[in-house]
Amino acid sequence: MAKLGQTPSQTVGPYYTMKLKRIPLVGSDPVAGERIRVEGRVLDGDRNHIEDALIEIWQANAAGRYRHPADTRDDIELDPGFTGYGRFAVDFMTGRFAFETIKPGQVPDPEGEMQAPHLSLVITSRGMLNHSYTRMYFADEAEANAADLILQKVPPERHHTIIAERDDTDDMPLYRFDIRFQGDDETVFFDV
Amino acid sequence: MVEPVISHYGPRAYDDHPPFLYADYRSTVKRSPTKDLIQIVQTLSETTGPGPVLAELHDDDADMTTNSGTGGQAIGSRSIITGRVLDENGNGVPNTLIELWQCNASGRYVHWREVDYPAPLDPNFLGVGQCKTNTVGEYRFVTVKPGAYPWGNHPNAWRPAHIHFSLWGPSLNTRLVTQMYFPDDPLFEFDPIYRSAPEHSRTRMIASYDHTVTQENWALGYRWDIILRGELATPVEEDH
Repeated sequence: MAKLGQTPSQTVGPYYTMKLKRIPLVGSDPVAGERIRVEGRVLDGDRNHIEDALIEIWQANAAGRYRHPADTRDDIELDPGFTGYGRFAVDFMTGRFAFETIKPGQVPDPEGEMQAPHLSLVITSRGMLNHSYTRMYFADEAEANAADLILQKVPPERHHTIIAERDDTDDMPLYRFDIRFQGDDETVFFDV
Repeated sequence: MVEPVISHYGPRAYDDHPPFLYADYRSTVKRSPTKDLIQIVQTLSETTGPGPVLAELHDDDADMTTNSGTGGQAIGSRSIITGRVLDENGNGVPNTLIELWQCNASGRYVHWREVDYPAPLDPNFLGVGQCKTNTVGEYRFVTVKPGAYPWGNHPNAWRPAHIHFSLWGPSLNTRLVTQMYFPDDPLFEFDPIYRSAPEHSRTRMIASYDHTVTQENWALGYRWDIILRGELATPVEEDH
């Protein structure tokens, strides 16, 4: 059968916050895993902040299981208080986003090897006709990162754009993750 | 017995979508990636996604003409929008949340950034709603037809009437943010956002008027199907 044609993407526009409200990944309910904070900015080709970017996060729980019917690994428990999804509009004045979550566990790749812990991110905004996919990896997982099937597709000199450094200055571990749309240090975006 | 499908999605049809950079829509110039995307194999991180859990946690709010909380009805041409969410293989995509937002019949959004266009707000219209597809992928909501409105992209720029749609579908791969347009809009030829989609695919964003959906003495009916990426794998029939 001939395939149906995909509906084209369009921009989310400047007014999406009237509907696409903030959804936190973690709240006051207990969630298993190491509680972390992620902060960054979304920047354009002139390194001005993108004032109306939307960040969406999808991740596995601390045990490495996705809350999704396609993740059929029933031997790994789901966490009832954790969906694995969050979404955040950046701050209009600064382009800054900040969210708390738990550090995800490892999830296998199609060859059965373990991927390094990572967050999947989807970024869109006014002025973007398509959303962009990236991942955030954790700098303190050097061994797992070195073995990660997806990171091996990324030129080493670009790894720093998607591996977030850890800062233990405050009570909660902080990972800094800026998302840059152009320039020499443009963030790695994936064709998934 | 049909085995569970090991999900693997066909590619994003880049030739059917707008380019990242479309200079006639000025804001894309500094907000588009300039390096090639890195192609990756699909892992569980891509073949899962938040769609199912979002549908589980959210209820319908599918009548934008009455959901303002005032008890009043929105002003404008009452419109029923219905259709199916399908994958490329023609299968209905069940139980998917569709989030919706739009301006009112005068072309005004209920948003703090909307300050330049002196069109009236409608106290009985918020311009937000949501609905889920049923078990065979059908959705339906009621609203008023949005107006056209000006924007600052170029001199005398006006957006054709449109409704914003956001849906995830079953996986990370199937994410879609798009806009639905109304038939025969004279502004299509002047709108770089509509025209950013290739000529052969842009008409897929236009709903059709459907008199069988129209309800006598109540509302006009429009039909619009949404096509998401589909799985490459097909279920394997085992011996019975």
